[in-house]
This record gives sequence, structure tokens and C-alpha cells, in this order.
Amino acid sequence: MLKYILKRILFMFIALFFVTTLTFFLMRSIPGDPLASLARALPEQTRLNFYAKYGLDRPLFEQYLIYLKRLLTLDLGESVVYSGRSVSQTIAQTSPVSGLVGGIALAIGLVIGVGLGIVAALFKNRLPDYLVTFLAIIGVTVPVFVLASLLQYFFSVQLGWLPTSGWGKPKHLVIPVIVLSFGTIATYARYIKSSMLDVLNQDYILTARAKGLSEGQVIRRHVMRNSILPAITILGGRIVGIFTGSFVIESMFSIPGIGFYYISSINSNDYSMTMGTTIFYAALFVVIQLIVDIAYVLVDPRIRLSVGEKGGRA
Amino acid sequence: MNDFTRNDGRASDSSRTDAQAADERPVLIEAKDLCKYFPVGGGRVLKAVDRVSFVIRSGETLGLVGESGCGKSTTGRTLLGLYPRTSGEIRYGGTDIGALKGRELKEFRRQCQIIFQDPYSSLDPRMTIAEIVAEGIRVFEKLSKEEIRQRVNSLLARVGLTEDFANRFAHELSGGQRQRVGIARALAVSPRLIVCDEPISALDVSIQAQIINLLLELQREEGLSYLFISHDLSMVRHISDRVGIMYLGSLVELGSSDQVFRESLHPYTRALIAAIPDADPDAADTKGHSRLEGEVPSPVDSPSGCRFRTRCPYAQEACAADIPPMEEAAPGHFVACRRWRELQ
Repeated sequence: MLKYILKRILFMFIALFFVTTLTFFLMRSIPGDPLASLARALPEQTRLNFYAKYGLDRPLFEQYLIYLKRLLTLDLGESVVYSGRSVSQTIAQTSPVSGLVGGIALAIGLVIGVGLGIVAALFKNRLPDYLVTFLAIIGVTVPVFVLASLLQYFFSVQLGWLPTSGWGKPKHLVIPVIVLSFGTIATYARYIKSSMLDVLNQDYILTARAKGLSEGQVIRRHVMRNSILPAITILGGRIVGIFTGSFVIESMFSIPGIGFYYISSINSNDYSMTMGTTIFYAALFVVIQLIVDIAYVLVDPRIRLSVGEKGGRA
Repeated sequence: MNDFTRNDGRASDSSRTDAQAADERPVLIEAKDLCKYFPVGGGRVLKAVDRVSFVIRSGETLGLVGESGCGKSTTGRTLLGLYPRTSGEIRYGGTDIGALKGRELKEFRRQCQIIFQDPYSSLDPRMTIAEIVAEGIRVFEKLSKEEIRQRVNSLLARVGLTEDFANRFAHELSGGQRQRVGIARALAVSPRLIVCDEPISALDVSIQAQIINLLLELQREEGLSYLFISHDLSMVRHISDRVGIMYLGSLVELGSSDQVFRESLHPYTRALIAAIPDADPDAADTKGHSRLEGEVPSPVDSPSGCRFRTRCPYAQEACAADIPPMEEAAPGHFVACRRWRELQ
């Protein structure tokens, strides 16, 4: 197990290295530079001073090596566009906001998604099942921004119950959380439904019934345990879904989260800001994946062998 | 396998007295005109079990034989109420199990257990062996943790497993070990009947004998009744007091082990017996039974009249008219064939 984790951590660093390298050169291949957004012609000397200040006048590969060297000391530099604003500070200030919105959305999505999945499986081919399937198809197919606009239109513009955008009060959270959790609800409802139906057909469910357990006990002790735990594997994907959803949502609802700054940094060619945020996202993602994988090993006794010292069958 | 010689050595007329002796044992469970149909869409039904009747007496083993898909497993599962039946009666201790509720139903569940064919999929992968064996006990009895632990260990010992297995998971065990867990699990609640649903067909031949001997030993000690479902004719003959032959959801012949195997009446039974691989190929020729040809028809559009007529070498027009009833050809020996007298 320890060997497995160490191996995974090594691969994490390799992955992060590739992400860093790729993002670095991709950013530089975009036409324009941080000054392009200023829309005003600057004196030639000012322009050169600016380049010199951020080391942008050196050869590209040298800049890359310098960036890597600073990265090793966890120094993400300061924003190229907003001078004096440190990248790591910005991440530290904005990520809790995103974490709050994303965390609530994920929690709500999990609870409702798993619940709906169970209902759909228990009422297979009856009305509740059809309703859940309909909701799940909507959740998977309708893009986040369409759903967000529709909810803004009905609840803010038409009914006036909720603010269209903004940040600071609990009511600002409502629509963004609903929109963000929708994908999770849909994915989990579908996954849990099919995994429960699969488990219900297993022989050990008949065994459990033959033991004399009541139907409720069979569902709780055997069906749910065996069908919900595998759903941990898709948790990593859902967390990423919440991240990518948050880019759009935070921009649409003017939520001062990291996704909002990420998008604006790309638009303004804020090299160091984009680099820092990308690396932060990538690191967060690989760490979450590792945690999810370890959690899955811990809850499924069958996997333990394949990664353990025996290396037996999975 | 000394028991083989025990069966083979019997004179044919002594088997009749055997059958009559068995008749004196009290009936434990009785199925009468049991039907289990599965809807397959388009208003059509798959008749997995069609008007099957038999009794199982205390302490006896009824073998149920047939090709795959003939409904033997469904019969066993429907008998225990694990599948809801379509029609017919299942009487346990004189009461129809459909009328059982609450505590009585729970008691029926306790007394009638099942061992499944696949020892891999029939054990919950997330439970340790101890949890699997203990779960049934907990349903029926309130015992302390220590009492349950002791009970589990003694059950494991009964089926030939050591205490070390208690904290392992099913996937860490071999097929034979898992089947022992399945047996321990069924024994845990002191049942009177165990439906053995092809308990050995997923196991290595060397392990099969061990499991069969374990089942026989437990039967002697506990007075258990078995419904032993299998497609292995030699094994069924070895273990069963009486044998039922199933074809496409119906019983075609039922009688004592010797009656069915030595004085078989139904053409299907004879064909099955002829298909048993013989140690002496020359002897096989003298049997003079026809080999089975063709495929089993679909149980969705099963043939009219006698189900077997499409593959029966003796089929006549009359066989297509209606389903032949079970006739008692000899005491305790039933056959469902219009022409059994002519074919003798």
C-alpha cells in the first residue's frame, strides 16, 4: 500500500511537470502580450522597462527555466497585469470562495443524486424512475450556462426572488449552487440506479433474502453498501466537473472565486497568474484523484490484494 | 465412493420396498402444480416451471435433474419463496407458504435454506466470512458478540474450515472453501431443508467429492432434507433417495433413484442415461438407448402436447394433442409419457 502511494505521488509530480511545461508554452503561443490589453500605445522605453521587469525580454527557454527554478521554491511570482499583486496571495484569497460554492454544490449534489438513484432503482419502470431519468438527461445534456441563464431569468428577472449576481449574502449562493450541483445530481442518480439494479441481480442478494433478512435489511445492508461505494470512483470526475463549471458560473454571477480570476487572467494574457492558477488546479486535481483512489482501495476489500504485498487477483 | 456400490448393488425389486419405506417418513414440503412464468415482453411468457408436483420427506434427498435452462434452479428458488410463484401450492408443515406472515414466514425462512451454484457471486464481497455466517444467526437469535463468535467458529469447524478464515473476505478463498462458507452460512440457522442449487458444478472434480461427502455427513448428523439440483446424473444418483427428471419446465419422470436409473420409463430419461460417459465403451452399445438429437426448444414457444415430442424418437401424432399427465407406473414411480407401456 505504501509503495503504491509513493509511486502515485511520483507520478503526480511528473504530471504536474508536464502541465507546467505545456501551459507555459501554450500561453506564450497566444498572440499578444500582457500590455496588449491596455489598448493604449505606450512609449517604447516604458514597454522595454516593463518587459525587463518581468524578464520577458529574455529568450523564451531561459524564461521557462527561471520559472521552473522559482516554482521549486513554491514562488508563483506576481501578477504581470496588476503589479504588486502576488499570485499565491490571490489564490489564497479567492480559492476559499470557490471552495465554499463548490463544496456546497458537491454535498447537495451527492445527497440528492444518491437519493434519486435509489428511488429510481426501487421504482424501476414506474413514474419515479421516469422522472429521475428525465431529470438526469436534462442535467447531463443542458450546458451550465444555459441552465444558469434560465434560472436567472425566472427567479431573478421574472419572480424577483433572488439576485441575478453578486456575492456576500447567502441568497447569492442559491442559483450558482443549484446550477453547479445539477451535473452531480444527474451523474450520481444514473450511476447509483444502474449500480443498484446490478447489485439487486447478484446471487448474494438472494442469499441475504434466504437468510431471512427483511427486504429493508437486504437493501440497507447489502444493496446500498455494494452499490454506493463504487460511486466513489466517479467522485474525482465530479470534482473536476465542479471546477470547470465554476469557471463559467463565477464569471456569470460575478463571484470573486478563483475561477473568475482564472478566466480574466487568460483574457488579459496575465502569464504568471494563469500559470499559477493552472498549476494550483492541476495539483488539487491530482491530489483529489489520489485520495479518491486510496479511499476506494480502503472501502473495497477485493482491491486490497492487487496493490498489496501479495499482488493477487483484483 | 462406497455409496455408489450401495446403490448399484441393490436388486431391482428391493428398490420398491425402499420407496415404500421412504413413504413412511413425514412429508416436509410439498409442491403441487407449481408454476413460475416470466413475462418476456409482447405479452408472451417464458414458462420456466410448469405444473411441477413433488414432495420432499424429512431426512431424504430429492434429486432434480435436467439440461441447463430446464427450470430446475427456478423450481428450487420458487419453492423457497425467493421467487414469487405464478400459481400452484407450496405446502410446508401442512400450510401453504403464501399464507405465512411475520414470525411464521421468518421461521419458514430459517428452516429452509439454499446453497447456490456460484460460490463467487453468492457471498457479499464486502463482508468477512464471520459476518456472512453470523448475519443469519443475528436475524433469528439475540446472542452476545462472544456467543456469535463461538457459534461462527464451531460452524466453520463443522464444514472443515479453521478459525483463521473468520476475518477473511470471500475473494481470498478458493472455490471449494467458499462453498464450505455457503454451507456453514446455511447451517447457521439450523435448517431442516437445504435446496442445493448445483452446489458442485462450479468446483473442481477433486473438490466436488469433498463437498458431497460433507453434505452427506451433515445429513446423517442433522437429519436434513435436500433438494439436490444438478445436471450431473452420476452425482444425483449417488446422493439422492428419489430423483425427478425435468424437461422444459416440467417433470417427466419421478421415482426412487433405482427406479429412475435402472427402470427408466420416459424416453428422455433413457436418453440422458445413455449420454452418461461410460467407463466401458462396449457396454454402452448394449444399452440400446437412443442418443439425444437436436436442441431444446425455447420455453417461450414450447411445443404443444408433450414437450419432448420434437426430439423424441417415439413421438406420434397423438403426442402433440395434449400434455401427458403424470401416471404412477409402479408404486412411487411416476412418468409423463403416453406410450410408456409400449416402450418398455
